Amino acid sequence: MNFPKQHEIHTRRFGRNLGVGLVLAAFIAIVFGLTIVKITNGGQVQGLDHAGTTITETNE
Amino acid sequence: MSDVTLNPQAQEGEASFGDYFALLKPRVMSLVVFTALVGLLVAPVGVHPMVAFSSILFIAVGGGASGALNMWWDADIDRKMKRTMSRPIPSGKIDAPEALGLGLTLSAFAVVMLGLAANWLAAGLLAFTIFFYVVIYTMWLKRLTPQNIVIGGAAGAFPPMIGWAAATGGISVESVLMFMITFMWTPPHFWALALFTKTDYGDAKVPMLTVTHGRRATRVHILVYTFILAAVCLAAGFTSIGGPLYLTVAVVLNVLFIKGAFKIWRRDDAAAEADNYLAERKFFKLSLLFLFVHFGALMGEAALAPFGLGGW
Repeated sequence: MNFPKQHEIHTRRFGRNLGVGLVLAAFIAIVFGLTIVKITNGGQVQGLDHAGTTITETNE
Repeated sequence: MSDVTLNPQAQEGEASFGDYFALLKPRVMSLVVFTALVGLLVAPVGVHPMVAFSSILFIAVGGGASGALNMWWDADIDRKMKRTMSRPIPSGKIDAPEALGLGLTLSAFAVVMLGLAANWLAAGLLAFTIFFYVVIYTMWLKRLTPQNIVIGGAAGAFPPMIGWAAATGGISVESVLMFMITFMWTPPHFWALALFTKTDYGDAKVPMLTVTHGRRATRVHILVYTFILAAVCLAAGFTSIGGPLYLTVAVVLNVLFIKGAFKIWRRDDAAAEADNYLAERKFFKLSLLFLFVHFGALMGEAALAPFGLGGW
């Protein structure tokens, strides 16, 4: 089977896809890191529907 | 058969990752990152490094998004000016609607993410900055008034205020003064450049002070703004972010800056042409150092504080 020679456009397209992939991976890492920091520092992790309820109330 | 042979026209116009990055005006973004970082670090509240890093990153993305929206709107005049004709849209690498889509998406993304990472005041300030730069400056006033440099400067002055808000959750005298430093610095910086460069803003029908009010008026404007800038820089030295180091740096730089502005004001174009605009060129070079060193000194005060040396 005869494969055509790689065109410049494919190299450019690969570079673009790789760039987008790396940006997405970095974004996931940032969101993960931020979540860990927020939880560790005792930030608000419950949604607004939990406002005003305490742990005791929830358990009851 | 490869798809290369199917549609060669479309493929030639396909942009690389670097073209999309260029759409975000990376050079402007570097100033945004630096001043926002100073605003965040000099704040009297400790911020977790991860939150600080993310906040600066999202501020930078917001700044980049406004750059993309600016290029989308200004594509018509960018085609006419030598300095801008190689930008991604006028050079045909990226379509204008694509730039609009990227700009709007990244704007919304940056504002929401900054709100989640830091707080909603910082996110609101970032949203306002993008709106101010794109709608008030780019779409409305840039082509209408010769004070466009002053208005554009305001948009570029917000990042340290956003950095401060990300750390403290508020606005204070200190953050407003950091805003004022960049705001008052921008006009003399650009007008000095306008005096010694032959720009083609006239062809693009963008009113510049040197053309609409003349070069004499521009020289007067530079001197007046330099005096106001000195007052703002010194005032910042007496707040909680200032200290002996910053104040010394501010006094020295502002004396030199006023001296340079006075030289520019005193002479006319005939004298300037005789020495190839030496005073204007020196003033412009000093202005580049001016902003960097001022914000660097503020950061220096914050860095020395843990050792009992920084601040008052």
